[in-house]
Amino acid sequence: MMSNPVLEVQEICKIFPGVVANEDVSLSLNSGEILALLGENGAGKSTLMNIIYGLYQPSSGEILVRGKSSKMRSPRDAIGLGIGMVHQHFQLVPVMTVVENVMLGSEMLRHGFLDREQVSQRILDLSRDYQLEVEPSTLVEDLPVGIRQRVEILKALYRDAEILILDEPTAVLTPQEIEGLFEVMDLLRRQGKSIIFITHKLKEVLRIADRIAVLRQGKLVGEVTPSEASEPRLAAMMVGREVMLQVDKKEAEPGDSILEVKGLEARNDLDEICLSEVDLKVNAGEIVGVAGVQGNGQTELVEVLTGLRPLKNGILRIGGHDLSGATPREITDRGKICHVPEDRHSYGMVDNYSVADNLVLNSYYRSPFAKGMTIQRESIDTNAETLVKKFDVRTPSVQTPGASLSGGNQQKMVIARELSRPIQLMIAAQPTRGIDVGSIEFIHQQIVAKRDEGIAVLLISSELDEIMALSDRIVVMYRGSIIGEVLNKETTRQELGLLMAGVKSDSENIHHSAP
Amino acid sequence: MFRVLLIPVLALVTSLALGALVMLLFGDDPILAYQGLFQGAFGSGRAWSSTIRKMIPLILTGLSVAVAFKAGLFNIGASGQFVMGSVFSVAVGIHFEGLPMYIHLPMAILAGMLGGMIWGAIPGFLKVTTGAHEVIVTIMLNYVAALFGGWTVYAGGTQGQTPGPLWDPTARAISETPDVLHSAQIPWIFGPPYRVHFGVFLALLAVLIIWWLIYKTTVGFEIRTVGQNPKAARYAGIRVEKTVVLTMAIAGGLAGLAGTIETLGLNHKFAPEFGGQVGFDGITVALLGQTHPVGVVFASFLFGALDAGAAKMQFESGVAADIIQVIQALVLAFVAAPLIIKALFRLRSTQDDRHSASLNTSWGGS
Amino acid sequence: MSFWSRTARVAVSLVVLMLLMAILVELTPLGENKWMRVFFGVSALNFTLRAAIPLVLGALSGILCERSGIINIGIEGMMLAGAFAGFVAKSSTNDWPLYLSLVFSVIVSLGVGGLMGLLHGMLSIRFRMDQIISGSVIIILAAGLTSYLFDRDAIADGKFTPIPIPLLSEIPVIGPVLFNNPPITYLALLLVLVVHIAIFYTRWGLRTRAVGEHPRAADTEGINVNLMRYFNTMLGGMLAGLAGAYLVLEAVGQFQEGMTAGRGFISLAAMIFGNWTPFGALGAATLFGYTQALQNEFLLAGVTTIPRQFVSMLPYVVTIIAVSGLVGRVRAPAAIGRPYDTEGGR
Repeated sequence: MMSNPVLEVQEICKIFPGVVANEDVSLSLNSGEILALLGENGAGKSTLMNIIYGLYQPSSGEILVRGKSSKMRSPRDAIGLGIGMVHQHFQLVPVMTVVENVMLGSEMLRHGFLDREQVSQRILDLSRDYQLEVEPSTLVEDLPVGIRQRVEILKALYRDAEILILDEPTAVLTPQEIEGLFEVMDLLRRQGKSIIFITHKLKEVLRIADRIAVLRQGKLVGEVTPSEASEPRLAAMMVGREVMLQVDKKEAEPGDSILEVKGLEARNDLDEICLSEVDLKVNAGEIVGVAGVQGNGQTELVEVLTGLRPLKNGILRIGGHDLSGATPREITDRGKICHVPEDRHSYGMVDNYSVADNLVLNSYYRSPFAKGMTIQRESIDTNAETLVKKFDVRTPSVQTPGASLSGGNQQKMVIARELSRPIQLMIAAQPTRGIDVGSIEFIHQQIVAKRDEGIAVLLISSELDEIMALSDRIVVMYRGSIIGEVLNKETTRQELGLLMAGVKSDSENIHHSAP
Repeated sequence: MFRVLLIPVLALVTSLALGALVMLLFGDDPILAYQGLFQGAFGSGRAWSSTIRKMIPLILTGLSVAVAFKAGLFNIGASGQFVMGSVFSVAVGIHFEGLPMYIHLPMAILAGMLGGMIWGAIPGFLKVTTGAHEVIVTIMLNYVAALFGGWTVYAGGTQGQTPGPLWDPTARAISETPDVLHSAQIPWIFGPPYRVHFGVFLALLAVLIIWWLIYKTTVGFEIRTVGQNPKAARYAGIRVEKTVVLTMAIAGGLAGLAGTIETLGLNHKFAPEFGGQVGFDGITVALLGQTHPVGVVFASFLFGALDAGAAKMQFESGVAADIIQVIQALVLAFVAAPLIIKALFRLRSTQDDRHSASLNTSWGGS
Repeated sequence: MSFWSRTARVAVSLVVLMLLMAILVELTPLGENKWMRVFFGVSALNFTLRAAIPLVLGALSGILCERSGIINIGIEGMMLAGAFAGFVAKSSTNDWPLYLSLVFSVIVSLGVGGLMGLLHGMLSIRFRMDQIISGSVIIILAAGLTSYLFDRDAIADGKFTPIPIPLLSEIPVIGPVLFNNPPITYLALLLVLVVHIAIFYTRWGLRTRAVGEHPRAADTEGINVNLMRYFNTMLGGMLAGLAGAYLVLEAVGQFQEGMTAGRGFISLAAMIFGNWTPFGALGAATLFGYTQALQNEFLLAGVTTIPRQFVSMLPYVVTIIAVSGLVGRVRAPAAIGRPYDTEGGR
């Protein structure tokens, strides 16, 4: 390993409207080394890489490639300088072959026509040299995910990339495929390539990286080598040691079991298994927090519990009723649940509808909001006035379109709607994402108040702070299953961080489900 | 309120101005033309009745397209639904001799609406079960309907193809139905030469009912929610598939009613030529009226006036009536892409303008 | 993608089958059966080809547009505009040598078609108009403008006449059908091959397909998505214009208002039924042309059992079935219909 930096970024800042994605980040990558870039979701890792690759323009700061200041106006510039990127979400055209995907944009021609044979040969050569076996003439849509990733890597190598950026490459791989990937990365390193490896998984970082840089909330918080680091120390750097948001609450007094889930299994939109062997129980008067990094099955779990996604296997029982396979309306009515969705714009509210209409989005058909088929406007408006006051939704009027409200008030509106009818179970997914502190406080108080009334609360959040502030019991989801369960008062931030990163510890107070 | 009116009004004005430009470019006199246009639409009792007459089918086809838009659907099938409405209503209207009008007429009208509803429900059903995009299916069904209509009144070829079931034998070589029985004709308010019939009230009644349905009922709430945000609709417990089919059926029924009224109130028979351009007219009227029933009435009035005045315009100034179609295309363009008008008049554009309505999922099959 | 994709194989097999049957009918006692003559007679073949040409060109036009991600239902309008432009050019150059006048008119058709294509592109891309509405605008505009500007007294003198290909046109039966045709017909058939090769074997074709399937992947490799879409829409418009030129300068010889008579929409159907491939489109266009020929043959042969209107319905019903995926699946380019955003401040 030599120490002349092959790539340097100096004081990079990137500001999007309302959010600072990168703040004064300075990093260097040496030739022939693997630099791991570690951080939670939203820490700014992908943004930084997109800047290096020319997909984004930095608000300020400089990029130096092999010592020379370089401006990346588009990926073409980056590719020209030998930088290749393997994206987290593959940029592959499913209906085209491997050959076609690899050569797209850098096509080899013979007599003016595409020279598939030459490219194919080159792919075979590269795959031999780097153990990236792939059959060039297959259609990408016929390839399993692990092989598709090889194609992404081949795309970069085909363009003679010397610097490779791998964005969360192991997120979609099985353990065996991950091993295979590491062998490839090792090969590349030995051949003199330099690699930036983005991840949030601690074990991997310690296994393969030469150096580790940790980003948190857009800033670089530290650089260490594997020998200096340990998983707990890295976890601490990743999640920080800020003061937690405090919520005053008394001890929970759990009652009967309200939500019971056994052996839940479901498939995602690509027909892959996204939930397996999920067992969960929530009792009346307690808050169970589901912790975990976004993308480990939490979204699908909520969809199954609320009837928006069919379950392939398993039982869903709410309040004693078997509601496996029921429609959303049945679950809402018979299960007496409310659902605060994780993406209010996607489906929690209708942007163009007034606050009043949004507040009856899933109860418009019931009395007093409707008499038979006719909508009772006065009842809806009165209901809106009451709720807006009770839940402190700041809006000029109840006729204002939902989209005009601030994020915090939109979420308060959604919660107002969901908490305005008699319920026994509350499912709150990412309830305070993207919201101002004042509103967060209010919403947290509402959730605890409901618990104290005897409602069972299932809280899903990728914000560890929130989980620890509110939950009585905590389960951690990892890759579609529950990897561990603890009592809040018996656990620590570090312990949870490790679980979230897939590390099962031997601590006694963690209850593991089957491996 | 004014913000809503601004774009349509500017669109209309700009289109008329551009139309004038085109006329100048090709040696016509726009002032004379527009004078003639005005005369033909508003200059006399006969002009006014012409305008109202032309307005009626536009209201209904405009409503048809507007209702579909509310659910995020594109109904280009108005002309096919119109034809099916005509055929079904005429089938009832030329038979059942001896029935009193208060039975025969409603029967014929309902039959016509049924024909349209079926023709609208088919693409809706195909969309929810197979994902087939309603634009292609409705366009194809337009042609099927036209051919079907042609078959029903086929006069029988010289080669001996049997005449269609609804053909009028006394019409000899002309392919058309016999006259609708008197008991199934929509009565005149003002008879010839004005020829304004009670269908105008039927159309306005339809506007009222649709307005009530869309904005005052749970069904309308479901339709609008599906159009605004299908995912939110599902979350809200709405059966999206049922709503889509229902909406297309309603849209079809409205366009079918248009055909019915024209047949029972104006033409008093069916012949294959009736029906042509209604499809695109409906789209323009719906968008100019900002897909709101009341807006559709005003937009239909304007286009009815344009249609009515066209003949007089041609007579007075020699400008071919087809220029109206050019103006129509321009109006459609301007209301469908507010960005153009806003760029032209340097108005502020909002975030909404940068996001086009995506009605184009599932194009060409799933 | 192999040259012989499933749709192409089916299309070509059907065409070959028909030709073989025609030979049999013409040269063997098989031809004495009235039904055989109706279905496979030379007259049917000729009619089929003549009907199929504008549909093929229209479908190719749609393929170019839609493969790059822009829905184009305005082919009807572009065709009509091209036809009208060709007519105007021809009738203004009647005093020129015939061939010069004709070729000039074709070029004008191409130009106007291209302009209409560019307009569609601009409305869809720059002004982010819903692409179906933008197609509708093109249709209404073309109908209005062509009727408005049409001088009923104008006459176009002369049209393209058949050019026999030596040797090939002497092949019994199919020779006169396939190898004794006017130039635009030859050109159209040639274009099927050319477009096929272009889409699957050239750099432009690869990028077009990527832009229509996964524009972001193309963007990350430095390809200008919107520029490609503009270019393809313009080319598509030109092909539609060529179809119009065929109608006026080769088929009919004069312009009539609304003479495209829905061919633009049937072309759409042919494009979809052919699964967005040139040879598939050829097969579909041939099929649709064949149904029109059958309708005619039935009439001439005095066949009245099936009403001709129902025979004419075949292309439309068949398309609905194809789009519903009830007989195999057709697949539009994945990213079609959505305007593309480059994000991140570039």
